[in-house]
Amino acid sequence: MALSREQIAQRVAKEFNDGDYVNLGIGIPTLAANYVPSDIDVMLQSENGLLGMGPYPTADEVDADMINAGKETVTTATGAAIFSSAESFAMIRGGHVDVTVLGAFEVDQEGNIASYMIPGKLVKGMGGAMDLVAGAENIIVTMTHANKHGESKLLSKCTLPLTGVNCITKIITDLAVLEISEGAFVLKETAPGVSIEEIQEKTAGKLIVPADVKEMTFS
Amino acid sequence: MSGFDKVVNSYAEAMAGIEDNMTVIAGGFGLCGIPEGLIAEIKNKGTKGLTVVSNNCGVDGFGLGILLEDKQIKKMVSSYVGENALFEKQLLNGELEVELTPQGTLAEKMRAGGAGIPAFYTATGYGTLVGEGKEEREFNGRNYILEESITGDFAIVKAWKADRYGNCIYRHTAQNFNPMAATAGKITVVEVEEIVEPGELEPSQIQTPGIYVDRVILGTFEKRIEKTTTRD
Repeated sequence: MALSREQIAQRVAKEFNDGDYVNLGIGIPTLAANYVPSDIDVMLQSENGLLGMGPYPTADEVDADMINAGKETVTTATGAAIFSSAESFAMIRGGHVDVTVLGAFEVDQEGNIASYMIPGKLVKGMGGAMDLVAGAENIIVTMTHANKHGESKLLSKCTLPLTGVNCITKIITDLAVLEISEGAFVLKETAPGVSIEEIQEKTAGKLIVPADVKEMTFS
Repeated sequence: MSGFDKVVNSYAEAMAGIEDNMTVIAGGFGLCGIPEGLIAEIKNKGTKGLTVVSNNCGVDGFGLGILLEDKQIKKMVSSYVGENALFEKQLLNGELEVELTPQGTLAEKMRAGGAGIPAFYTATGYGTLVGEGKEEREFNGRNYILEESITGDFAIVKAWKADRYGNCIYRHTAQNFNPMAATAGKITVVEVEEIVEPGELEPSQIQTPGIYVDRVILGTFEKRIEKTTTRD
């Protein structure tokens, strides 16, 4: 069975290590904050200038001056820091954020990502995504493996305008965990009940299936 | 002493000298930390043909969005403009031009502009539409593009508190682009929630030193929230 959004988020959270500074994009990546294992601490970076994002406020705590990059009202975690946008992107572009998780329309076997623009539709902007993919060492893309028409989103070459080139290392989809290495997708884990054949069928780019592919676990 | 007193008492004084076709750099992220009264004054004056450099363009009827109503903005330089139906309409009509700029590049363009650095190399946007037509250079095996910095005829800034000399501090994430914007205006105007006497702010806590600031005005703020999210 393909994973739900929550299950993808749960699998993403397993990638976090104690002491990691993590930037989570809008959508499934944000959900991963709900599944951080209780025995580790991670600090969430929000690119509008907050390191140490806390949970949503109570109704009484809502403060117009305290928002995240999704423009939602939030709180600060213990030990948080607040700074300017230039400082925020210095830490992003300078490679100081340990893990960046973001969504995408397409990725390809060269590690390119397209996530901000569909020609013919209105372009709303890239926000901080281009800076995030240019700066992070460890970028995880979360997405469904195929679009609603069943067409693969893991391609030999992206067709949409790119957000960044040669920057993606890991992809967690509703069907599988894959890494990108030397011009190919390398299958690492399958979602429970999903066959390698289905993943092969839904991966348009070059796919390598090693002998030691595991079934995903969530805790 | 009084030569350092930056406080003005009316919005007309605060925005005196703004003319058609000028470039205005505005602080704020979404509707958070925006100089509400200074934006309203630009609307009241009817200044047209403006190039506005700001991460976003407000929403319909609030923030920079109100400058679209009478087509006062010719061009926006922003990273994300998705919250605004009038913006979309004017963009599709060809009445408005937009230069989409990655958020970190936008912040650095302001910072560099204010710091006297005309351009900088960044990996952000290399190999994408943002990099098209820009000089490319390799450093230590990585590819970068050359981005030019930005300065404005005016910078409009929202701070929490300023003293009469223009030293400013910001509140929570209402800081965002404001400190960079403050450095990058030929005339920098700061709208604040509270004006204090020089010496009242702890010198080491000042986030924008008064040297960057030309005018300070006491504002009143609606502080509209774009997305109220609670855990209740």
